[in-house]
Amino acid sequence: MLAREQVLPVLPALRDLLPGGSLQRGITVSVSGEAATSLALALLAGPSAAGSWVAVVGVPSLGVAAAAELGVSLERLVLVRDPPPASWGAVVAALVGAFDVVLLAPTRRVGMGDARRLAARSRERGSVLVQLERTGARPVLEVDVRLDTRRVEWHGLEHGHGRLRARRMRIEVSGRRRAARSREADMWLSDCKGGVAATVVEPTVAPIDATVTPLSARRVS
Amino acid sequence: MEIPDWPVIASGAPPDTPVAVLFANRVVAVTPTARVDNVVVGQRRREAQGRCPDLVVIERDEAREARTFEPVVHALETFTPRIEVVCPGTAGFPTRGPSRYFRGDDALARAVRDHVDAVLEPFGWRGHARVGVADGSFTARRAARQAHSSLVVPADESAAFLAPLPVTVLARPDLADVLRRLGLPTLGDFAALDPADVVARFGADGELAHRLARGLDERPTATTQPPPELRAATELDPPAERVDTAAFVAKSLADELHERLAANGLACTRVLIVAETEHGERLERLWRHEGALSAAAVADRVRWQLDGWLNGSAATRPTAGITTLALVPDEVIAARGRQLGFWGGETASADRAARAVARVQGLLGPDAVQVPEWRGGRGPGERVGLVSAAAVDLTLPRTNVAAPSAGAPWPGHVPTPSPATIHELLVSAEVIDRTGRSVGVSGRCMLTADPAELSVQGGRWLPVEAWAGPWPAEERWWDPEAARRRARFQMVAGGRAVLLALEGSRWWVEATYD
Repeated sequence: MLAREQVLPVLPALRDLLPGGSLQRGITVSVSGEAATSLALALLAGPSAAGSWVAVVGVPSLGVAAAAELGVSLERLVLVRDPPPASWGAVVAALVGAFDVVLLAPTRRVGMGDARRLAARSRERGSVLVQLERTGARPVLEVDVRLDTRRVEWHGLEHGHGRLRARRMRIEVSGRRRAARSREADMWLSDCKGGVAATVVEPTVAPIDATVTPLSARRVS
Repeated sequence: MEIPDWPVIASGAPPDTPVAVLFANRVVAVTPTARVDNVVVGQRRREAQGRCPDLVVIERDEAREARTFEPVVHALETFTPRIEVVCPGTAGFPTRGPSRYFRGDDALARAVRDHVDAVLEPFGWRGHARVGVADGSFTARRAARQAHSSLVVPADESAAFLAPLPVTVLARPDLADVLRRLGLPTLGDFAALDPADVVARFGADGELAHRLARGLDERPTATTQPPPELRAATELDPPAERVDTAAFVAKSLADELHERLAANGLACTRVLIVAETEHGERLERLWRHEGALSAAAVADRVRWQLDGWLNGSAATRPTAGITTLALVPDEVIAARGRQLGFWGGETASADRAARAVARVQGLLGPDAVQVPEWRGGRGPGERVGLVSAAAVDLTLPRTNVAAPSAGAPWPGHVPTPSPATIHELLVSAEVIDRTGRSVGVSGRCMLTADPAELSVQGGRWLPVEAWAGPWPAEERWWDPEAARRRARFQMVAGGRAVLLALEGSRWWVEATYD
């Protein structure tokens, strides 16, 4: 019997960040740091462009144009901007399963019981939860892979002229099980190509310092 | 034989109350009383409730519909054992034998109506069934749709009967669209085309549609009885007493059948579902579908059939558990064109998404879920707007979500890359120069001084590392009430990149590039 794909594809430049080079269905990923929202959108872009439906819950300030530029298909994007905390768990539970990836920004008022039930349900239904951690907010869900954006540098803006063109950052990957060995990668998120088709790519401008610590030889079969 | 608005009848509502059955926020069936108030199939919940405030709204339950249809099918079985069910509410059977017995098609139609009426009477829906008799099942179904009570299309007059109907009845929206634009709005026009031309232009599926339009038998000429090894059967041990146990098995059985058919390049349009109990009682039912039946569709029908049987009236209920379940493809066509993916492909995932959205709307209200829509504009939040998901059908392709032409310019818009966070509520800011004075913009759109420090919402003062601007945006200058003049800046301060706006002499953060 044919089985549904157990993993969701990601943008090529993000493959090195995730164990197995893809998003395994059922995991929870947390994104934090100064460029958290953009990285979260970039994570959504891979599955979305491949045909998955994605949902965003509780992020009322999301820049949807930025999502489109990074590759998220707007035709398959649904937003629940501001659910009241009491129904937050029920809303996400309803979306999990039908939506392959759900981006959420849980607030402190989400209970631990709710969070655990949600993680179990998403594992069972095969959805990926991406938790957006805002600075100062305590993480709520148990996380399998943690991506932290650091050392964000913008290129293109000068003193009184130019414009924001490209952003370089360092992403630190940590987590449990397969992602337990912490590693770092440098990346351009919004590279200098610009335009509506801007994607996350290795830079074409100058060679990046290769600060990627080698992964262990184990790969997902 | 078709019973229109079957979902409403199945729900048990009497015809004189305004009731509508909804699925995924859209009306699928209404009572005559509601129809008087202009509640129509296909409307959204809010529109329907707006037109008829007293409307009682019920969620669709396909299992219930199938269960309550079972006695109707049973009543039809007195005419002939081979009843074909299309879906709960619509069923058909070959009439040659019964017609001879009743001495004429009209008499047969009347008899069918009487039998069905006997079943519908206790619900109060007497007289609601419609019967159509014709040469082929497609024509008969159209006849039933048009009939007041019964309509018989005489032999060889099918083509003439079908000619004035619009091409949309073929249930192939893409084909209908093309035909309409070619200037062929009716089936008669379509039928007048040369078959070879139709095949050349529209392929095999078009040929099938052409046969239907001409009133010919829709079974393609090159079918033979499907080989027996295509049938999928399984033993249930211990016997299944409940529908869900049997339905679970049925799902894998349907997958097996589908796989076997697919391996042979076939798709099934009519399937015989056989269920047998320990005591030898047997229920066979033919299910037909307009297009090819997907595995999920077959599994659904098994569930309906078993539901109707196991939970039906005491007279027809089996006395023991089900031991054998078999699926026999009765009519197959070469699988081409309209092949669905294993999980149903794109439409199935869109359906699942729409159902989940409907559930969330049920929790939070119809406007709580939104979808993006391309608008175009200069400001970061103006290029893509959000509309309530209640106003949009997620299962249909939407053309207004992509930028109209990616290369076309929109003068004055904030350049890409767009910011990932757009602040809706005012985030005040303050920008000062080296001397501590607030920075402004002159009438000639020049900065009064170079910005040196930025403070957001009265917070820490961050050193400005880079900036660009002012980028003026003057909007609606012709309307003194709505006119706005503001200048935008991109600024990197303290490592954060923001989009600032200055209007009058007030600064605020429009967006953050996070």
